[in-house]
Amino acid sequence: MKKTMYEKIWDSHLVVDEAGQAPLLYVDRHLMHEVTSPQAFEGLRLSGRKVRNPHSILATMDHCVPTKNRNLPIADPIAKKQIETMAENCRVNGLKLYDMTDPNNGVIHVVVPEHGFVHPGMVVVCGDSHTATHGAFGALAFGIGTSEVEHVMATQTLPQKKSKTMQVVVNGTLSKYASAKDIALAITGKIGTAGGTGYVIEYTGSAISQLSMEGRMTLCNMAIEAGARAGLVAPDEKTYEYLNGREFAPSAQYWEQALAYWKSLPSDEGAEFDAIVTLDAAEIAPQVSWGTSPEQVIGVDGLVPAPESFSDEIKRQACESALAYMGLTPNTKITDIPIDYVFIGSCTNGRIEDFRIAAEMAEGTQVAEGVTAIAVPGSYHVKQQAEQEGLDKIFIEAGWEWREPGCSMCLAMNGDELSKGQRSASTSNRNFEGRQGKGGRTHLVSPAMAAAAAAAGHFVDIRKL
Amino acid sequence: MEPYKKHESIAALMNRSNVDTDQIIPKQFLKKVERSGFGAHLFHDWRFNDDGSDNPEFELNKPAFKGAKILVVGDNFGCGSSREHAPWAIADYGFNTIISTSYADIFYNNCFKNGILAIKVDKDRLDKLMAEIAANEGVQFVVDLENQQVTTPGGNGFSFDIDPFRKGNLLSGLDDIGLTLKHVDKIEHYEQQHKLNFPWLWV
Repeated sequence: MKKTMYEKIWDSHLVVDEAGQAPLLYVDRHLMHEVTSPQAFEGLRLSGRKVRNPHSILATMDHCVPTKNRNLPIADPIAKKQIETMAENCRVNGLKLYDMTDPNNGVIHVVVPEHGFVHPGMVVVCGDSHTATHGAFGALAFGIGTSEVEHVMATQTLPQKKSKTMQVVVNGTLSKYASAKDIALAITGKIGTAGGTGYVIEYTGSAISQLSMEGRMTLCNMAIEAGARAGLVAPDEKTYEYLNGREFAPSAQYWEQALAYWKSLPSDEGAEFDAIVTLDAAEIAPQVSWGTSPEQVIGVDGLVPAPESFSDEIKRQACESALAYMGLTPNTKITDIPIDYVFIGSCTNGRIEDFRIAAEMAEGTQVAEGVTAIAVPGSYHVKQQAEQEGLDKIFIEAGWEWREPGCSMCLAMNGDELSKGQRSASTSNRNFEGRQGKGGRTHLVSPAMAAAAAAAGHFVDIRKL
Repeated sequence: MEPYKKHESIAALMNRSNVDTDQIIPKQFLKKVERSGFGAHLFHDWRFNDDGSDNPEFELNKPAFKGAKILVVGDNFGCGSSREHAPWAIADYGFNTIISTSYADIFYNNCFKNGILAIKVDKDRLDKLMAEIAANEGVQFVVDLENQQVTTPGGNGFSFDIDPFRKGNLLSGLDDIGLTLKHVDKIEHYEQQHKLNFPWLWV
């Protein structure tokens, strides 16, 4: 039988598949951060169970960590306790942890690929919905809840329901300055935030093959924003080249054996998907979200839609309440929307390539009056690389703040946040009400779009620069 | 986990779609290291005014919905972040049943780990249930998981589908991990094979 990549990974990880029971799937890699793990460790302790395979776990601290004055103690006592709890849990259970002061520290989904911890064909979980990021390597990677974190620690398995498969085909070549982020937003705009529910997406087509590994991570990262369990890209030469030589990649002794396995993973020619969605890369303009859901997006050359333009009653109501929250009037040009804040970073767009393109846009400009712009590298390695390339100086000279790594304003748990009514151009992944601070208004964009908006004080069609 | 029993309870109505987990439990409350006490912050930004007083406009603040155990809500409930704090908050507030047309994937799984029965109905049925509550706020529905039946005074009752594994766990209140560990020999066998097939993962 011809199989999709998802089916191949699924079949090779089945531990138990008996009638009347949820299939039990083996987990190769378990990623952790401080927010969704403490209650799982507590549960393990209370039931007298042990971590089955400490070797499979890599932990970091990212959600609550400050992005400035890292040398000072964390001011928020509850956040401080959470950080300390993570350190203690990792110590007691013998787990690899990149704590706040470790040179390898950063956002979990940025750090893990940097060390080659995820390989093609693996099953990877984390108590974090953006685990989908690692699908960029052809690994089945998905977010789980804290009870499941405990389950995986205790058993190295998860009861799972098999997903349906969706192929998202993106052919053609992106226009200048359109990026993986724009593909991700355009897909979410097209199929909606529930469009992928029950599915694992495989991204295929010439535009996907052309993406760098960083771009593929950005794309898969946002599979969850379209409701999908996971996103996948078939491994290819770029994948192998990226992994080769990294700390947890297969050593020379096993490289050929691993490579042979990885090459067997791509979906078979003619394998059937349950759904197919097609986009033309050339038609994808740089995207800007206008509402409070990642599906509420439009090209930068568009207008803020009017509620009556939606025939679906639920979408019409959603538009109306989003516009009220966002303080926007229908038919306003996207390029006329003024902004107060710019955030470049997150597990979606906090990698070196993101800072390179943003610095290219920022070079020789000044942050517009009244605008605050922060650049938050996804990890210390990204920060160091950017500094070696002189990108930090470009940002600083343009009036940006150059910060320490962390999740920062993506979800505003660490004190970096918008005030009520402030409007951001943000390279993160969610524009939900209050996500970046109560009453804050988020517009999701690519790093290039964010940097151009910082200089102009409003959104700019960067294709025309 | 408490076993799920047949009950007759007030059904609260939230006629909103795409309610995300950032609304269910805003991130400022995710820093705790315990599982308990999240109910006080459920829907915080909608439920409370800036000065901390109750927002009378918010649905769940209506006196008629006080003590409700059933939440009837619009499509794609629980989208966004994987935070299990969302079902913890919902359960801690007092709900043990949600009725909607659809749920986000991770949220749906998380509900069943926390004794919450998440029932899926079609759009037509949801509209009828919402209309019945809107016309008679404080109305009580009977939820019978054993027989997969919901009954309502307005005659909008229905039977629902549920995965037998999830149903069994809710009814027994059994621990998932304990069930999985019954297969520990199979896990060990898998790991032996895994070491042979993928030796580079074990060095």
